[in-house]
Amino acid sequence: MSLIGKGILKGMGVTAKNFFQSYYRKERLPTVEYPEEKATINQFSRNFPFLLYDGDDPVDGMRCTACTLCERACPPQCIYIIKDKDENGKAILSPRIFDIDTSVCMSCQLCVEVCPYEAIRMDSAFELSNENRFEGLLLNREELLKPNAYYHEIHPLEARETDDRMAAKAALAEAKKKARQKRARLAAKNKPPPGLKKTPPTRKKPPQREKSE
Amino acid sequence: MAAIDHKGVIRQFPELEWEASSGSLILSPEKVDEVVSWLKEDPAYRLDYLSCVSGVDYLEKEVKTRVRNEAGKMVFKTSLSPEKMEVVYHFYSMEKKTGPFILKQRVLSRENPVVTSLTPHYGGAELMEREVYDLFGIRFTGHPDLRRILMWEGFQHYPMRKDYVPPNDYEYEPTPHGDVLERARERREELEGQSP
Amino acid sequence: MSPVQTMPPRSYHIGKDDLGADILEVAMGPHHPSTHGVFRMDLKLDGETVVDLKPVFGYLHRNHEKIAEDITYPMSMPFTDRLDYLCGMTNNWAYALSAEKLIEIKVPERAEYIRVIVAELTRLVNHCLLIGFFVNDLGALGTPLLYALREREKILDLFEVLSGARMMVNYIRFGGVRCDPPDGWLKECQRIVDAFPAFLDEYETLLTENEIIIARAQNVGVVTREEAINFSLTGPMLRASGVNYDIRKVDRYGIYDRFDFKVPIGGHGDCYDRFMVRMLEMRQSVKILKQAIRDLPEGEIMGKAPKIFRPAPGEAYGRIEAPKGELGFYLISDGTPIPYRFKVRPPSFVNLTALRHMCLGHKVADAVIILGSIDIVLGEVDR
Ligand code: SF4
Ligand code: SF4
Repeated sequence: MSLIGKGILKGMGVTAKNFFQSYYRKERLPTVEYPEEKATINQFSRNFPFLLYDGDDPVDGMRCTACTLCERACPPQCIYIIKDKDENGKAILSPRIFDIDTSVCMSCQLCVEVCPYEAIRMDSAFELSNENRFEGLLLNREELLKPNAYYHEIHPLEARETDDRMAAKAALAEAKKKARQKRARLAAKNKPPPGLKKTPPTRKKPPQREKSE
Repeated sequence: MAAIDHKGVIRQFPELEWEASSGSLILSPEKVDEVVSWLKEDPAYRLDYLSCVSGVDYLEKEVKTRVRNEAGKMVFKTSLSPEKMEVVYHFYSMEKKTGPFILKQRVLSRENPVVTSLTPHYGGAELMEREVYDLFGIRFTGHPDLRRILMWEGFQHYPMRKDYVPPNDYEYEPTPHGDVLERARERREELEGQSP
Repeated sequence: MSPVQTMPPRSYHIGKDDLGADILEVAMGPHHPSTHGVFRMDLKLDGETVVDLKPVFGYLHRNHEKIAEDITYPMSMPFTDRLDYLCGMTNNWAYALSAEKLIEIKVPERAEYIRVIVAELTRLVNHCLLIGFFVNDLGALGTPLLYALREREKILDLFEVLSGARMMVNYIRFGGVRCDPPDGWLKECQRIVDAFPAFLDEYETLLTENEIIIARAQNVGVVTREEAINFSLTGPMLRASGVNYDIRKVDRYGIYDRFDFKVPIGGHGDCYDRFMVRMLEMRQSVKILKQAIRDLPEGEIMGKAPKIFRPAPGEAYGRIEAPKGELGFYLISDGTPIPYRFKVRPPSFVNLTALRHMCLGHKVADAVIILGSIDIVLGEVDR
């Protein structure tokens, strides 16, 4: 080493370069002054889940059928679902209570992946501080329900794909139904065998589960 | 990575048991020093690197196996698999770049399991064996510093054992977890009470 | 059950050594800025020289393994992100690799390439952060660390676009990866990777010839080759001691046999070598990344994984070269969808075994940088 301190001087040079360039080169100073200025959230980021509804009325248009798949897949067990019942006590396919405890949720997205009805999606809102850390962070069904338009706003790409998928599914179901009706009509016209009527396949019920602690 | 052939070690120590289902060598604690130092030095093995030490706890349980009875029919036979504890060692050879070689120390007691420590042969076993002691309560004779490591001194149980029940005496703040659970149950009962 | 061994109550104890000088017992940590989290070193000091050292940890212990033995296999995936929270991707991969050994699942080409890309990006993140913190421990407060954070930020943004989260990625699945990179991701990735060597050059000019770093880090915390193997050290720690052992080369897991890269080896096993090995490893990672991005094929991203992951009774040990060393998962299945035994082999926990040996005879200030050069993350040490 010819000159003691040469390495330090070189390092100082780098620091000086960074310092002066930070005045006119954006990539040398990427800090965002948060409360005044907000970083843009990209459309793929995820935070906490929310429930989707179609149409105008949150409760009527709710896509969730209370199948509890997400409740079972959630690793920290922060989803609580209670199925709705009609006046006669028969279960109907929507949740009466759907709570997500966002103080426990770990934003893992497993609930989204298992949902067969595209009913639950990840939000990207991040300013969620609350005065009450117990009830305030426990989101109930009404707080969780957000319209499809909101979904399109925050995750445009994903929302379009979801819509396409749902449309395809609906079309398929429609076609199947038509075909079934046609077949039934044909069968009724050709030879109606008494007592040997083919029952149309009943709709698969979502699995019922005994609630455990 | 080349797997390691176990025939050599069985030839050297014919009394040892080779468990084919898991591909591991079963050792009783008394034989450990002899076998391990041989495995470490033997030019065909040279297991110089101890990768992983894990404890496993097996409760006594019934197992059903399909066997052929005298009449030649397949029947289910229930047998009792005894309670046992195992310490599983995964070895590799850094010199020969082979592995893994699995060695299990098995003790048929859950009350006071004692096995032999590998720290005289492998310095790296020190913290890993302490962890096994801490979480499973398996004692290692010959370990220089066998203390709790992840749990605090004075903790009375071994949390990774299968029959461990978490005590309900934590000094926790009223976090939403328990509270929410409680409320969810109440609401459920309320709803069940309403339905005919 | 046998009674638990108890320790006498601890106190600041002042005794005498042979010459009548005082031996001072100091608990350094758990809230000490240089211990990288809640980690305590119980030191015995003769003057300023360390005569004994005991690492104490477990403050962050949450018994990850017990949690995992209560839930199904796929549900443990997000928990693995939280082990070494700087390297979510490699943790995911190690777990997926072990599970794929339990149930043979063929991972498609494209997924393999994506896994390599994200794993090497993680290595860049980890090493540049570690070097920042290492020189921070040496007294270069802030500046080099912030340069490192600046670069890390770009890679985290990439991860966010790919997986939705910056650190808790939960991206790799049994048999593949969760989603395809969106349009433009690859281009952005290419741009960042291409620009990375310029940053490394700058960083090296800043640090590697710095006389203070050389004076402080060379010949400090020496581990010889034999000791390193005996202490089960892995990763950059091991290679700095001159052992040519990189699991990417030895096991050739995934598709690492297709890439051309070198394994940097140190000659002295001191703190400076550990620092330099990481510096050089970043260059090799850039090299791998360039090849992987160039060769990334089109195709499927998920293999044929069973709908319910229920392996036959058996056991599997899968390990990968995580940025910190060998990260292994040991799974025992009893034929149910819930693992019977779920064991993590965390690299920084095992590397800590050598801490006492490395610190003896050095000054307290050296103990700080020796700890810094091990590269521990307490989320993984305590689990
Ligand atoms: S994101 Fe994960 S933790 Fe949160 S509710 Fe969904 S499954 Fe549960
Ligand atoms: S999985 Fe989907 S449909 Fe089923 S309960 Fe959850 S949100 Fe509702």
